[in-house]
Amino acid sequence: MKLKNSFRWDVLLLPMVGVAVVFILWAITSATMSKNLPSPLKTWDASRPYIVEPFEKRGELDQGILRFTWYSLVLVAKGYALAILIGTPLGFWLGLSKFFTKAFDPIIQVLRPVSPLAWLPLGLVLFEKSHPAAIFTIAICAMWPTVLNTALGVRAIPQDYLNVAKVLGLSRAKTLFKVLLPATMPYMFTGFRLSLGIAWLVIVAVEMLTGTPGVGGFLWQEYNSLIYEHIILCIGTIGVVGFILDRLMSMVEARFKVA
Amino acid sequence: MPILELKDVRKGYGPPGRRSEVLGGINLSIERGEFVSIVGFSGSGKTTLISILAGLIAPDSGSVLLDGKPVVAPGRERAVIFQNYSLLPWMTVYENVALGVDQAFRDWPADRRRAHVEKYVGMVKLSAAMGKKPQELSGGMRQRVAVARALAMDPEILLMDEPLGALDALTRATMQDEIERIWEQDRKTVILITNDVDEGVLLADRIIAMTPGPGATLGPSVTVDLPRPRNRKAINHDPRFKEIRNGVIQFLLQKSSQRRAQAVASAPVPVQ
Repeated sequence: MKLKNSFRWDVLLLPMVGVAVVFILWAITSATMSKNLPSPLKTWDASRPYIVEPFEKRGELDQGILRFTWYSLVLVAKGYALAILIGTPLGFWLGLSKFFTKAFDPIIQVLRPVSPLAWLPLGLVLFEKSHPAAIFTIAICAMWPTVLNTALGVRAIPQDYLNVAKVLGLSRAKTLFKVLLPATMPYMFTGFRLSLGIAWLVIVAVEMLTGTPGVGGFLWQEYNSLIYEHIILCIGTIGVVGFILDRLMSMVEARFKVA
Repeated sequence: MPILELKDVRKGYGPPGRRSEVLGGINLSIERGEFVSIVGFSGSGKTTLISILAGLIAPDSGSVLLDGKPVVAPGRERAVIFQNYSLLPWMTVYENVALGVDQAFRDWPADRRRAHVEKYVGMVKLSAAMGKKPQELSGGMRQRVAVARALAMDPEILLMDEPLGALDALTRATMQDEIERIWEQDRKTVILITNDVDEGVLLADRIIAMTPGPGATLGPSVTVDLPRPRNRKAINHDPRFKEIRNGVIQFLLQKSSQRRAQAVASAPVPVQ
């Protein structure tokens, strides 16, 4: 009995204490220091139609919050898929070839810290339309953790496994698919998880700049319309969705961890 | 003609100047169907020797001839059982054994390959564990998977690098009997590298001591003229067994103390 009690205390109550503290600080701030910051109650009142009818479509930029989330997720999925499709083979090459690493590692280290806000205009110049520019920006920002972790994983493959492949006389394709790929899988999925986190981070900036409907686009539009309650609604939604995505990827990642 | 012949094989590691020679001129000749044990202290270059025989690394000088032809790469006719088994942890017992079989016998129909894999898994008594992953198996069972994987390739030579080193004494004894039993079935050429003199004598037709490195060489080869099958309990009291074993141990200890004396003599005198 005692053990069960302490368990519930840890996983349920303590996080709720954390949430409560943030809400209290928020309420105090809005009541005292910053009169423009809507209080938690006002935020709930203004957000309720978007939450209780999450899939409602009343107009192009007036839709239920989950409908906006869905638009954002679809865009993220496209950019993320592209990031993985390019990032994984690139990581493999980097991991397998010292020559390739020496040639491309410096330029990768230079491109990696560039902000999505910097890539987007370049995407617009290249593709002349906001949709492909958005996908380009997400892909190029989200790709790096996949590239670097895959390369790390390939370099970390134990020599023993490579010796087995050689001694058994495995063909190149078999060595790749039966030995290299499974041995790298745990590292690759760590990369995939981090990449997804970045892709979701980038979506808001991209939607703001391109005016695409989605959580980020909605956030920016409501700021311009002076409906500040909805900014907070959007921040909350982005956070919760990001958290859920990370948890899901962690579960997939754990499946590939081999003892 | 010997199936495997090594002439003055040398191998060292490290940059020039600080290079340490691991193998300092190995000469070895092995006949078809022979079971040869090579015993030596840990760190005497045994794994380097087996890697050269397997074709995983190339010697600095000297020649390695297989059926009279130089060895340049790993080949199907030489199977290796590694010290740490090196099973692929994401594959089941069956898949680990099938990996090499599917590649080596790819012109066979699938059901024949399947039967072949099952036969060898059965030979090491693991039919019941066919669908298990390596981490679900005990050390002795993993070792048997490694044996099955090597034998299923139907090699001409089996190279074993301290295959029982990681096992406890009791499991080790049963595995030794198992190796002898399997060897009796098809009498492949076997090179067993071990640090256990008793194990080397018990299993082999011929036992060769390896002098401690650096610059390891092989000592005289001693023929183990004990009748087979050998009974591990009775053999402990066999005077011939004791004679061979003590001879090998004597040789190793003598070489080791000579080595130490040389090291002391050549070491710089410390300044007080």
